[in-house]
Amino acid sequence: MPTTTINGHDVTVDDEGFMTVYDEWDEDTGKALAEAIGVDMTDEHWQVIRFLRNDFKDQGATPTIRRVSTAGGVDTKKLFQLFPKKPAKKMAYIAGLPKPAGCV
Amino acid sequence: MTATQDMLVPSFDDEVETGRKLAIIISKGSLDMAYPGLILGNAALGEGVEVELFFTFWGFDIITKGRMEHLKFSPVGNPAAHIPAALAPIPGMTSMATHMMHKSLEELEIPDVPEFLELVKASGARIWACRLSADMNHLSADDLWDGVDGIINASDFIEMTDGAQLLFI
Repeated sequence: MPTTTINGHDVTVDDEGFMTVYDEWDEDTGKALAEAIGVDMTDEHWQVIRFLRNDFKDQGATPTIRRVSTAGGVDTKKLFQLFPKKPAKKMAYIAGLPKPAGCV
Repeated sequence: MTATQDMLVPSFDDEVETGRKLAIIISKGSLDMAYPGLILGNAALGEGVEVELFFTFWGFDIITKGRMEHLKFSPVGNPAAHIPAALAPIPGMTSMATHMMHKSLEELEIPDVPEFLELVKASGARIWACRLSADMNHLSADDLWDGVDGIINASDFIEMTDGAQLLFI
């Protein structure tokens, strides 16, 4: 596994740059990741990212867009606004989680 | 040196306007055949691809208010249903098979058809109803699901999907 420097810390990532170790992430890291992909974090963004982190901890898998909307309470349209074009992957990236594996 | 200088950052294709577009023609109205188009369309939307869905012929049931919640799965003529061919046509088999399919989908947290349409619509899909199918079924816009963008003819659809990749299901 490669490592990369985010916000002055070495973290473990996969070949694309998604973080692979849950506990290497903190909110400052999340902010740096968001910045790197051009997402300006607001409270609404954080609400989503915190849901992803907690849900991953509970379920052992990165939630899909549908799950973020049904279980996380942020509707789909909003997710496309907050994380344009590829919301599922962008949310996962900022949250320091693997890309979601689910189809729906 | 800035903090992000050494970062390995995945490409989300933000800088390039790919203009990728996917057109899906959904021509079958059984429960099992409603899902492939919705699942692939939803996946494409999540990848930033523009999606146009065209519901035609039997696929019209999927967007017809009175029918969309009652789609059926029949094992008749479908060897992949793994039910002996002689048993497939007996009364009650279709409703049993439909019930079992609903159960499997539910276990996998796959939404039912109306909710799935809501999902793709909210994700930015455009949803078109076929003019000829509407006429054949004596249906108008009022009979169709509220998220339908319009009733259009085949030429309109071909014209608006210029350059798109196409799936016929």
